[in-house]
Amino acid sequence: MIPLHHVLLLSGILFALSVAGIFINRKNVLLLLMCIELMLLAVNFNFIAFAHHLGDLAGQVFVFFILTVAAAESAIGLAILVVLFRQRKSINVEDLDAMRG
Amino acid sequence: MIVNLLFYVFGAILVISALGVITARNPVHCALFLVSAFLNSAVIWLLLEAEFLAITLVVVYVGAVMVLWLFVVMMMDIDVEKLRQGFTRYAPVGAVIALVVVAQIATVVYVRKLGLEDAVIAQPKPEGYSNTAELGQLLYTQYLWPFEIAAVILLVAIVAAITLTMRRRPGQKIQDVAKQVAVRAEDRIRVVKMDAEGRQ
Repeated sequence: MIPLHHVLLLSGILFALSVAGIFINRKNVLLLLMCIELMLLAVNFNFIAFAHHLGDLAGQVFVFFILTVAAAESAIGLAILVVLFRQRKSINVEDLDAMRG
Repeated sequence: MIVNLLFYVFGAILVISALGVITARNPVHCALFLVSAFLNSAVIWLLLEAEFLAITLVVVYVGAVMVLWLFVVMMMDIDVEKLRQGFTRYAPVGAVIALVVVAQIATVVYVRKLGLEDAVIAQPKPEGYSNTAELGQLLYTQYLWPFEIAAVILLVAIVAAITLTMRRRPGQKIQDVAKQVAVRAEDRIRVVKMDAEGRQ
């Protein structure tokens, strides 16, 4: 029987690593998207751990929906990235200043 | 216990893979580390008795989404060195942020304890229990409406991805289906009346 707080801590470490990844790879859009995938995975860990611990399948249903939305998000994100690369020949965040933000 | 031991082993590999994702030099290596992270997560989900989702994670994520990622990564001609400028400068900031986040989550989990002592502790499942059947039972009754919305979201994603990446290049040989359907016999064939030739 895996203790609940160990799973929660593992998911916390995973989330923290992906936050750190967003900080240190802040120029590469591709890696930013990968870090977002990793974050969603960490969140799913929490849902599954609580679903197991409380014996309630609703958490697993939510993980199912998060996986769906994450797949849709990465498909659209990659499509935008491909169009961006075709237009600019670069995926550097600092080159994307058309809106002067 | 063997389950706990497996959890710690695969959890350690998972954390190492996540470290690889955020520090690898080559984006292809990042994607492969992400594949490794997903595989190890699937094993841990199996240990947590979420069998259907573990298989879904392998089939959908490792099998489909990560292949899409690798396609895109390999299609792009990226100047990695330029993108990695400032990596060492921001690495300490990233490490500090990561430590702060871990400390905050550990505080919530260990100090506040979330009232988990009173919670139901997982019971061993009865003989013949099927996670997939139970999940389907829930998904097609109580969560039918969100399930349909999820299907629509996937459809929107397909349409959006195709419309974003499709382009018409000049000189492309495309069929115009409307024209093909609207064609009439007299546009294509001309019947010529002529006398039969005599036998030689």
